[in-house]
Amino acid sequence: MKYPSGLGRNRLSRAVHACVPLFAFSGLPESAEADVLAIKGETIHTMAGNAIENGVVVIEDAKIKSVGPAADVPVPPGARVLSARVVTPGLIDAHCVIGFTGYLNQDQDQDQLDPNESIQPELRAIDGYNPQEKLVEYVRGYGITTIHTGHAPGALISGQTMIVKTTGNNVDEAILEPVAMIAATLGEGAKPHGDPKKSPGTRSKAVAMLRSELVKAQNYLKKLDSDDEKKKPDRDLRMEAISQLLKRELPLLVTAHRATDILAALRLAREFNLRLVLDGCAEGYLVQDEIKAMNIPVILHPTMWRSGRGETENISFETASLLTKDLILVALQSGYESYVPKTRVVLFEAGIAAANGLGFNEALSTITINAARILDIDDRVGSIEPGKDADLALYDGDPFEYTTHCIGVVINGKVTNDQPQ
Amino acid sequence: MKTRYFAVLLTLCGSARAQEKPLVFDMRPLPHAFVGARIVPIGAPEIENGVLIVRSGTIEAVGPAASTTVPADARRIDVAGMVIMPGLVDTHSHIGGGWGADSSDPIQPDVRVLDSINVRDSGFQKAQAGGLTTLNVMPGSGHLLSGQTVYIKNKDGRTIEDVAIRDKDGNMLGGMKMANGTNSQSGPPFPGTRSKSAALVRQKYVKAQEYRRKLMEARDDPENRPERDLEMEALVDVLEGRRVVHHHTHRNDDIITVLRLAKEFGFKVVLHHVSEGWKVADEIAAANAPCSIILVDSPGGKIEAANLVMQTGGMLEKTGVLTAFHTDDPITDSRLFLRMAALGVRAGMSREKALEALTIAGARMLELDGRVGSLAPGKDADFLILSGDPLSVYTKVEQTWIDGIKVFDRADPKDRLFAVGGYGAGHDQVMHFCCFEGPHDQ
Repeated sequence: MKYPSGLGRNRLSRAVHACVPLFAFSGLPESAEADVLAIKGETIHTMAGNAIENGVVVIEDAKIKSVGPAADVPVPPGARVLSARVVTPGLIDAHCVIGFTGYLNQDQDQDQLDPNESIQPELRAIDGYNPQEKLVEYVRGYGITTIHTGHAPGALISGQTMIVKTTGNNVDEAILEPVAMIAATLGEGAKPHGDPKKSPGTRSKAVAMLRSELVKAQNYLKKLDSDDEKKKPDRDLRMEAISQLLKRELPLLVTAHRATDILAALRLAREFNLRLVLDGCAEGYLVQDEIKAMNIPVILHPTMWRSGRGETENISFETASLLTKDLILVALQSGYESYVPKTRVVLFEAGIAAANGLGFNEALSTITINAARILDIDDRVGSIEPGKDADLALYDGDPFEYTTHCIGVVINGKVTNDQPQ
Repeated sequence: MKTRYFAVLLTLCGSARAQEKPLVFDMRPLPHAFVGARIVPIGAPEIENGVLIVRSGTIEAVGPAASTTVPADARRIDVAGMVIMPGLVDTHSHIGGGWGADSSDPIQPDVRVLDSINVRDSGFQKAQAGGLTTLNVMPGSGHLLSGQTVYIKNKDGRTIEDVAIRDKDGNMLGGMKMANGTNSQSGPPFPGTRSKSAALVRQKYVKAQEYRRKLMEARDDPENRPERDLEMEALVDVLEGRRVVHHHTHRNDDIITVLRLAKEFGFKVVLHHVSEGWKVADEIAAANAPCSIILVDSPGGKIEAANLVMQTGGMLEKTGVLTAFHTDDPITDSRLFLRMAALGVRAGMSREKALEALTIAGARMLELDGRVGSLAPGKDADFLILSGDPLSVYTKVEQTWIDGIKVFDRADPKDRLFAVGGYGAGHDQVMHFCCFEGPHDQ
């Protein structure tokens, strides 16, 4: 066990742990490989300053030791050397359900949503993640090294989310952050499917239920603070989880598509002083002034998400561009798919955004450094900088071009065995 | 706004009467010459600096600028820096909200999808934005046989009759949708196993063979003819090759079952999806069965698609199987159909075959290759003007032309809405052309 697991781990404790070279004793499989790895790139998109032409990344002890032009950063003697036309940070999928919704899509491999209750913030992601699910390996083949995954949209509060690397034989080896956010949904997705008698049956009821739950947790915290031992409440996992939202230890991830629902989420965040992360946000471009005013980050729906009828009929290829131009922090996600394909590939989603107003650099940011900032893991991943985890993706051309291949993936300084995709 | 270039012919039968009589329009567009684009004609080498001449809805000439004369009466359009290719042929689409068979029976050949398509569905406009000009609109795969499909030109239409592709006798053309594997299995009266599925299909086709035999025996004698039967008539069309079977099939053994049934009853078949086609590519090639495939962004979503790979196109190409792509819209977005060819190339297809798989290969499967699928003199003037190479993510469909008429123009804000999405993009077609708003927009 590399990490102190559990519900109570908060941002502060994570920051402390981040100072320790965790992977130095993380039980990575022994390997006969050279200790030092060097990646040569014709272009290295560090996502920390301008791209480097003809550059080198030196990796030691699972971390990036140095990066720069080949003239300044020599390849250490004895290092294993990989070369690619384009090198990027390992990509981050800012929100998905990979490892929870299995690719076979049968009842027994679907653990992203328990539909029996509408509010279940106590459901931990570490108890459901399958690191050996085929889709984990599949997306890694395209250069995705970190995923924010967990309980899906589709219930008012569906449970917790976590952040993992797309590697590891068990969940503990994969974990980057065991509790990332608490996932909520507003709008049609919050309504219990197939049972009109269950609440919430309307948008207003959904918000009322969330507010009631938060007020209950306020009362719980008040009692917990009491000097009188007899007045202290019994432990309650649900209240503990909601309390973390009130204490701003965890963000509330609200999936909302219609402008109405996005505004409801903003209202809720103001009332309870929550750390809000907006998710989905199909009509975000209609209310971007309001999002900007509160400085709320957005994990936008997949660019190629189906429009269809209903809540997402107004989605646009250009939303990422519109929000970014307004200086809203945007990351892209592969989201949740109920049928075929079972997951999207966030690299492809960023490519379509790049071609629809966002441009190359901003689009790459949405799946690297922006995602890392929104997930509060930018001290570890999201850019190629000394001291960060050695997570890299290697391509034989512009990563967004359909005909380019991912020819190498490095996670925690180790080269994966993936076939070029 | 769909820009059109109509020749306006005012019938002058005396000045007084001319004011009373309505204007009479010659609906034939003026000839156009598109000059300077790189042309990807399909079936012929790419032309670096080409000219495409279109007259009365058909292609008059296509060739290098240096050796192709622009007719004196043609409107000259400079498209230097652009790429022109044939309109895309989608062999498998569900846009328009059409439903075929209902849950009363697993085999319903009398049902026509054309009776339920809403031609005003915004899906058609999005498909125009993706460069789709010919579509096979199909009922779903939840039946062994879910009904008759319809081949359409993706023009702006008021009715399905306006857009349906017809034979020389005026009959609307289409195929027959069938499926096997898991989608078409269910509780009674639907089959519960694969063997039962095949048995039900065989029983129905045997019945159709008997019906056909009676028809042939009766020859021209109406007294001896069997009673009219819509199901049997439709299946006789299949048995006699007037309707191609478009067969949903994924797993390797299901694919082989389709080939077995096609051989037994002698029907023409196109294999659709064929997720495990790469496992039986040699058998498919030996049966000379064309494949209409789809590439999706990840495998799975159902057990039958667990072994779906991006490499299928390349593997079928190597065995010489005629291969086309389809959108299966809404499974993939019609606006991004070009992307599928590029993904095919990424995973081993040749550029040539991947582009054919968007155009002429699909046209052959719909038996429309005499009219669409490539740029050649005499063919329908269905073509795209692209901002760059068809296989690049950064390329946009700038214009889509069908039968010599521009149906999509990215420069027009109303069209652009459907190309990129945004508020209102989910709404049905806004009727803004001649028949609704009058001729003032010309």
